[in-house]
Amino acid sequence: MEFNLRGRTALVAGTTYGIGEAPGMSSLDLAARASVDALAQVGLSPGDVDGLFVCTPDDMLSGLTFAEYLGIHPTFTDNNRSGGSAFEIYAHTAAMALVTGQIDVALIAYGSNQRSASGKLVQSSRPSPWETPYKPMNPVSSYALAAARHMHQYGTTRRDLAEVAVAARKWAQLNPEAFVHTPLSIDDVLGARLVSDPLSVRDCCLVTDGAAAVVMVRAERARDLTDKPVYLLGAASATSHREIANMPDLTVTAAKESGRRAYAMAGVSASEIDVAMLYDAFTINTILFLEDLGFCPKGEGGRFVSDGGIAPGGRLAVNTNGGGLSCVHPGMYGLFLIEESLRQLTGRAGERQVPGARLAVAHGNGGVLSSQATVILGTEETL
Amino acid sequence: MESVCPEVDYQKFLAEGRLMIQRSRSSGRHVFYPRVAEPVTGARDLEWVEACGRGTVYSTTVVRQKAPTPSYNVALIDLDEGVRMISCVEGVEPDAVRIGMPVQAKIVYRDDAPLVVFEPV
Repeated sequence: MEFNLRGRTALVAGTTYGIGEAPGMSSLDLAARASVDALAQVGLSPGDVDGLFVCTPDDMLSGLTFAEYLGIHPTFTDNNRSGGSAFEIYAHTAAMALVTGQIDVALIAYGSNQRSASGKLVQSSRPSPWETPYKPMNPVSSYALAAARHMHQYGTTRRDLAEVAVAARKWAQLNPEAFVHTPLSIDDVLGARLVSDPLSVRDCCLVTDGAAAVVMVRAERARDLTDKPVYLLGAASATSHREIANMPDLTVTAAKESGRRAYAMAGVSASEIDVAMLYDAFTINTILFLEDLGFCPKGEGGRFVSDGGIAPGGRLAVNTNGGGLSCVHPGMYGLFLIEESLRQLTGRAGERQVPGARLAVAHGNGGVLSSQATVILGTEETL
Repeated sequence: MESVCPEVDYQKFLAEGRLMIQRSRSSGRHVFYPRVAEPVTGARDLEWVEACGRGTVYSTTVVRQKAPTPSYNVALIDLDEGVRMISCVEGVEPDAVRIGMPVQAKIVYRDDAPLVVFEPV
């Protein structure tokens, strides 16, 4: 017997905190602050949370640590380690735990002070005996290999990648919370220092502090808490590899698989999506996910983003907060995709509001294109 | 002989100057990186065979360094046997390596350890 999760749970609150620089605050402090703020939006407190979904980059036992910080003893705790895609997977797991009645209030949270604490990406994965002797700069070199293959097979250019970076900056300029607002042109990106060919510093995500939290409950209760619930319509995940040498085809990610299943659960197609939040750790990601999530055919991603295709006023609203490239990227960024989707679908996105937004996709990526997780969210009218 | 220390055995062969990869006796499929069992099937009949050393560049990048430190190549190589490995192409400028380039494996010593690198054919 197949059981459909579609529309059975809703996001009722969500917020960010400490985007950019938050010196003096630990990852836990940041996550806790975002959490109490989000819960307070709907008159709840940590004591009301019985499903806790969290992972911080520098603590393997962060589920336990965070429960301790909040002073709670959850019925269900998850500490998923699939990189940045963990949060989209949490939305799926939380929905299952809620719908089966095992929990009533799910809190999904994240926080990291990586910028203030170390100034660089914090990684908790084991060194690879196969890669380490060749000294690739990870993760960027792995993404660079994917970009190079896409350029070879489909004629994608550095200019196409630059369009992604420029579009993200334009959206960031509409977002007061975004870390970077300085104007960015195609020539700026093309002239920027190369890190691992073909990716330049402007093709790479930021290194910032930041935290986010969202609250999920069963659909029946959502309207008691907010007059604008956002419903989980579809969720799915897929993994294809861990290290880039083992990715079967560097031009096709497992987003094709996670997207297919999420769209099927939701009963929607890409053409109906109003806002696409696609994990942009690097410019090549956006191009790959636009293709693999069905916004354009395989190989056409470069063409799709050309001439401001995904910038404000373009053919599709993508990464409207400014993305990992220009808004925030504190090591793991997946929860911010969900939070921004919530912001757009509840009409709270200010100057960057996509008018009449009803359907959003939040697509998370982990590792080196290794883990893909897709969440489809919709307003009440889409139920 | 069934290998139960795949990584150790691989490195021992490299130290002998041999690039050895695994092949399942029953399926004939080659396996890399070395493992205790064939992926998907779990067949425990993996044996070591000498790779011919020929391959093709599947993708390539240049890891840029601050001058005067030299930038260097990192590449994904498809061996003729049908497995892929991460390595580097030497003997040409790091940014002159091209996808599709035919290459040949060579075992060198770096930081006192044997290492497989590739050179254009």
